[in-house]
Amino acid sequence: MSDLTKLSALELSSELTKGSVSAVEVTKAHLDRIESLDKTVQSFLHVDKTGAIKQAEEVDKNRKEKKKVSSLAGVPLALKDVLTQKGVPTTCGSKILEGWIPPYDSTVVKNLKNAGIVILGKTNMDEFAMGSSTENSAYFPTKNPWDLTKIPGGSSGGSSAAVSAFFAPLAIGTDTGGSIRQPAAVTGIVGAKPSYGGVSRFGLVAFASSLDQAGPFARTVLDCAMLHEVMAGHDPLDSTSINQPVPDVVSAAKLQDVKGMKIGIIKELGGKGWQTGVLNRFNESVELLKSMGAQVKEISIPHSLYALATYYLIAPSEASSNLARFDGMRYGLRVDDGNLSAEEVMNKTREKGFGKEVKRRIMIGTYALSSGYYDAYYAQAQKVRALIAQDLTNAFKEVDVLISPTSPTTAWGLGERVNNPMAMYLADLATLPPSLAGIPAMSVPIGLADEDQLPVGLQIVAPFMNDDRMYRVGGAIEASLKSKWNGLLIDQVPALGGGK
Amino acid sequence: MSRITREEVANLARLARLDLAESELDEYAQQLEIILESVAKVSEVSTKDVKPMSHATGLVNIFREDITKESLKREEILRSAPATEDDRFRVPRILDEE
Repeated sequence: MSDLTKLSALELSSELTKGSVSAVEVTKAHLDRIESLDKTVQSFLHVDKTGAIKQAEEVDKNRKEKKKVSSLAGVPLALKDVLTQKGVPTTCGSKILEGWIPPYDSTVVKNLKNAGIVILGKTNMDEFAMGSSTENSAYFPTKNPWDLTKIPGGSSGGSSAAVSAFFAPLAIGTDTGGSIRQPAAVTGIVGAKPSYGGVSRFGLVAFASSLDQAGPFARTVLDCAMLHEVMAGHDPLDSTSINQPVPDVVSAAKLQDVKGMKIGIIKELGGKGWQTGVLNRFNESVELLKSMGAQVKEISIPHSLYALATYYLIAPSEASSNLARFDGMRYGLRVDDGNLSAEEVMNKTREKGFGKEVKRRIMIGTYALSSGYYDAYYAQAQKVRALIAQDLTNAFKEVDVLISPTSPTTAWGLGERVNNPMAMYLADLATLPPSLAGIPAMSVPIGLADEDQLPVGLQIVAPFMNDDRMYRVGGAIEASLKSKWNGLLIDQVPALGGGK
Repeated sequence: MSRITREEVANLARLARLDLAESELDEYAQQLEIILESVAKVSEVSTKDVKPMSHATGLVNIFREDITKESLKREEILRSAPATEDDRFRVPRILDEE
């Protein structure tokens, strides 16, 4: 058997079904790779070796007993540390939750377990998913496997790094303003944010509830679709969960055909200030789509220019409210010398437990929601949000999907934007409009930028609950580039630690 | 756009229950000002007669039958508490002593 960590989820699934390899062998191969190489990448906050092997043994037993198992049973996965898994630490990358062991599974984890997917461990992230580089983790920064001096994107940077470093073929991330798509883009892999409400938020520690959405990472579009299908679906435990069938993303990913599709280029997302190599790869993708028979035209989303301002009012406002629950009383950190009042304990606990970016956003949100400023900031942002959503609805009357580069630049250097919050926020420029509208969007790799030889992503945006459309376009682009490159983009990633 | 002063930062921190250090006040004053100046861009948009959008699904009230179900076990929840007493969360004093 060749190196099991190099196989896609689909390939692993096929070997597992044939019985040429066991789930325990697959799991151990990935755990071994993590053990020998994650000290350089630092993508995991917690590796659950015992739990993972136990899950794999269960899958092997079920297969042996000819019980019905799902096609992904025995395939390993890395889980962002913002989703609860019973009995396994969940920190959200924060010191305020250090040591907390959740007593319940999130619905996403329940769905993964039901499918027999083996959870290897919890991945690093920007604290409470606030950031675009994973440097806001209270524990350590994660490195980009393409260049260990660069960021892996964020906030789901641990998950994107784990998949691009071949520590797992699949990972779960969460995306509030781009936290799956941007990390996928800068690490040369596939990442999707489903329609808001497509995946249950039960057990997803809340950052901005009206925007948070969990989604899949993988190295291929089809793997991503298979994971999407497993994790999505209606959940009565989340009252914003959509009670509709999951769009048929798997069939769409297999189509590899965009003939006759109408594709709109978002006019406002590109041009001045965008990295040349990013725009070059994007323009090539446009030509590629045309050559495959798609009808491509430019389309304006005028209010997208206000998405950044809108998002950085709405998300911090919701965060300031959501993070009020971290009060040092029921779980997590408590700073107390025994003589303090409850309020003093809260103040000191929150000051010590939260990092700088989280405190910044809590204060921005507190400001935007306070009387005297509410109408000018929060209420106005909600109205602009409606206009952005309306623009996108209008655009979908003319086209089937919209495209843009996923992020204005490739991965930047670790430390470069840490002290400049606004520069960090700019990484989300293209990913924010679909987030605010609640519509599905994904990023697929489209090559390396000329200047720095780092991955570039194409963002594909589809109408609400039409997630399948983006997979159709993504699958077609991937198939075409794969024959051109004689493999996936991620196959060009440098070997870690001089090994394998 | 009004300048964000140290005093305003201190007030926001108080409202948000953050015991900021003196040294943090200036840093945050500077950063919050830059951020707030940038997000104030939303005021350029004409939003007359626009209904605010709070989320994407259009769902309103979701009802379910009021049926008792088993919930998490008390000891499982208390296991992660910073302090417990008599099967309850133990919290610092809330009222001033008389």
